[in-house]
Amino acid sequence: MIFTSGATESNNLAIRGVAEFYKDRKNHVVTTMTEHKCVLDTCRHLEQSGFEVTYLPVQKNGLVDLEVLRNAITDRTVVVSIMAVNNEIGVIQPLEEIGKICREKKTFFHTDAAQAAGKIPLDVEKMNIDLMSISGHKIYGPKGIGALYVRRKPRVRLVPLIVGGGQERGFRSGTLPTPLCVGLGEAAEICAKEMDGEAKRLKKLQERMLKGLNDKLSDIVVNGDLEQRIPGNLNISFAYVEGESLMMGIKGLSVSSGSACTSASLEPSYVLRALGVEEDMAHTSLRIGLGRFTTEQEVDTAVDELVRHVNKLRAMSPLWEMAQEGIDIKSIEWAAH
Amino acid sequence: MSAAYAYLDHNATSPLRPVALDAMVEALRAGGNPSSVHRAGRAARARIDRARRQVADLVGALPAEVVFTSGGTEANNMALRGAGRRRVLVSAVEHESVLKAVPEAARIAVDGDGVVDLAALERMLAEGPALVSVMFANNETGVIQPIAEIVRLARAAGALIHCDAVQAAGKVAVDLHGLGLDYLSLSAHKLGGPPGIGALVVRADAPFATDRAGGGQESNRRAGTENVGGIAGLGAAAEASRSGLDGVAGMRDRLEASLPGRVFGAGAARPPNTTCLSMPGVKAETQVMALDLGGVAVSAGSACSSGKVSRSAVLAAMGIDPAEAATAIRISCGWNTVFEDIERLIAAWQGLYIRVTQSDISQRAA
Amino acid sequence: MSYSEKLIDHYENPRNIGTLDKNSEDVGTGLVGAPACGDVMKLQIKVGADGLIEDAKFKTFGCGSAIASSSLVTEWVKGKTIDEAETIKNTDIAKHLALPPVKIHCSVLAEDAIKAAIADYRAKSAKKDDITDTRSDSGHEHAHPND
Repeated sequence: MIFTSGATESNNLAIRGVAEFYKDRKNHVVTTMTEHKCVLDTCRHLEQSGFEVTYLPVQKNGLVDLEVLRNAITDRTVVVSIMAVNNEIGVIQPLEEIGKICREKKTFFHTDAAQAAGKIPLDVEKMNIDLMSISGHKIYGPKGIGALYVRRKPRVRLVPLIVGGGQERGFRSGTLPTPLCVGLGEAAEICAKEMDGEAKRLKKLQERMLKGLNDKLSDIVVNGDLEQRIPGNLNISFAYVEGESLMMGIKGLSVSSGSACTSASLEPSYVLRALGVEEDMAHTSLRIGLGRFTTEQEVDTAVDELVRHVNKLRAMSPLWEMAQEGIDIKSIEWAAH
Repeated sequence: MSAAYAYLDHNATSPLRPVALDAMVEALRAGGNPSSVHRAGRAARARIDRARRQVADLVGALPAEVVFTSGGTEANNMALRGAGRRRVLVSAVEHESVLKAVPEAARIAVDGDGVVDLAALERMLAEGPALVSVMFANNETGVIQPIAEIVRLARAAGALIHCDAVQAAGKVAVDLHGLGLDYLSLSAHKLGGPPGIGALVVRADAPFATDRAGGGQESNRRAGTENVGGIAGLGAAAEASRSGLDGVAGMRDRLEASLPGRVFGAGAARPPNTTCLSMPGVKAETQVMALDLGGVAVSAGSACSSGKVSRSAVLAAMGIDPAEAATAIRISCGWNTVFEDIERLIAAWQGLYIRVTQSDISQRAA
Repeated sequence: MSYSEKLIDHYENPRNIGTLDKNSEDVGTGLVGAPACGDVMKLQIKVGADGLIEDAKFKTFGCGSAIASSSLVTEWVKGKTIDEAETIKNTDIAKHLALPPVKIHCSVLAEDAIKAAIADYRAKSAKKDDITDTRSDSGHEHAHPND
């Protein structure tokens, strides 16, 4: 375990570090179209320095197709980087199967587990994970700290990104931020202890929320697989209601449209687009995150607030009006602007 | 600090200032991802904006020029790689995070006090466009470089200039625009902020390319969710340290006048807090352990290579004889040092020196 | 991103939400934007016999700034002639609501919406005028828009 400044750095270090180290023999990286931006961006940097990158599509449920993965790996593939849990839609990739394929094909398996650690059981041995990124603040630890697991047997070698005093076995220089390391460690311990119970509790809340919304609203769609999904996530398209306007209304609730990194931008989520969600529906989606401090009471309040504002915004939505009149909005020739 | 234990190793890490701890606790309790548009996110963003102003004010920069990093090491790495110059000139006494960032960088020689040889620099600059990286104050000796003069030479030759001000910011006046620097690194935990946070200040019109891919934070200059707690702590510490460390100058002068060892870099300008001092015939490790038992924390050289004690590259570059360099310890004061700490050090140092010189035990250096 | 009080007021209490009869001759309808872009505005004006805009209604699919921009223009156009309404500029809307730079396009869309509604109204009345002219010239009564 190497301490880093966070999952972004861990992902950069894992992918770039391993690619750079083995670049004399291998020049290919496999990842998916729904990875976190920092993985996609790292891959783009690698492309600029001569690597080939395969961005695997995902299925409509957000999961990677294992046969497509198997066929994408060549003897020049240095690393397969597939996230454990998606940050926007919460779907869980089949890590054990992916790890098995990578081991068979003799390529390293990196997984961005920022959204998975502490929420689902992870086992680097069973899942054949060679590199795994973890974030402090996604497991109720502090921001500014993360970790990268680097397998020792068989040994994975990396070119460090940050050099200097040689801390962290030379993989990551810089004075260790002791308070942050302690915070991450404690948070990890608590998560490990409470994971099972917490998952059950969140599952109930997730179901409660979804039932509440479905009972009172029509035309809502959950994006991503509902079964292979962490219970703390719901990503919902509220048809005919633009996501940002909905967020502005539900003032007592903190949710996001798209991922936080990019929510200040106006483009619809690339993750939803990769799932094949139409652009107009992608604009109506909200990511709702439930966690250890979320109560049943809060879920009920959230449902009420969402229902109230969705209804209010639909009443002023020209698209909702058309849908009620039976007009197919796809039949209209919209001017681009 | 209570006189029961005198912490005189501020150049390794300075204790957290209470104002910094308060700012951190407040930010950590509030939470929020500063990129989120909801109110929790916006509140976190506001804390970062405030800290950015506080850091900018400390080093004479504009808030938009401040890029938060995970510390001085990352800031130095980023500057040397991000300036985009293939030819890099570094002084021979730089921190390892500068030396190792560009291993092939040419080394600028220093004189016996550890001050950059300006004539040598000028000759090297004449060979073509370069990035010059020279630290403000040395971590081991405290020696302050003639930055204004170095900038003048670098500018005349069309070079870019980075300054590692990790050991200077908050101790002596540092002014990015006043000096004409392009890049400046600083670290929070060297000025009473928390570890795990620092900044690279990039002058608005200086070229800079990031190699950290991700979510586009810090205006696309450093990806990764901002360490809001750390940033708030850095901001508060930066503001608190604007008054400098002039108060400790008298303490340093007192200890240097009281102890007979050689002070390295004594002929050069130094910040008021750092003394690199030899105890003739006694290995630095022995001194560190004995002083620790005597209730005083100091260090042998820099603390980075924690545990392993190797020969100081800084003292070697100054032409100090290896046997003498092996007897050098670093005493560094800080914002909470009091005269009692210095008295404790003086007593412990003298006690050790007398024991060793009188008993001729085998701890003598070779 | 923080929003002005005026913008939040228009978002929370939008004025003139609703629909006018788009088939009516004195109603002009503008529908601009596209669902795939995240904004659609429908803006309607009703012009009285005196040539003044006597009513305006809107419906908007879009962010809070888009809703506020369209709500604002319905207020502004009421009581104006269509020539006056046509002079409303997106910059005035953006300034009044203190739109952040990334939201300027909402005000552009609102200006487009009012222009489109006016154009629709003008097209209808031109048609009507044509018919009226034909009627008076020929003296026949069989001419009807639906013929």
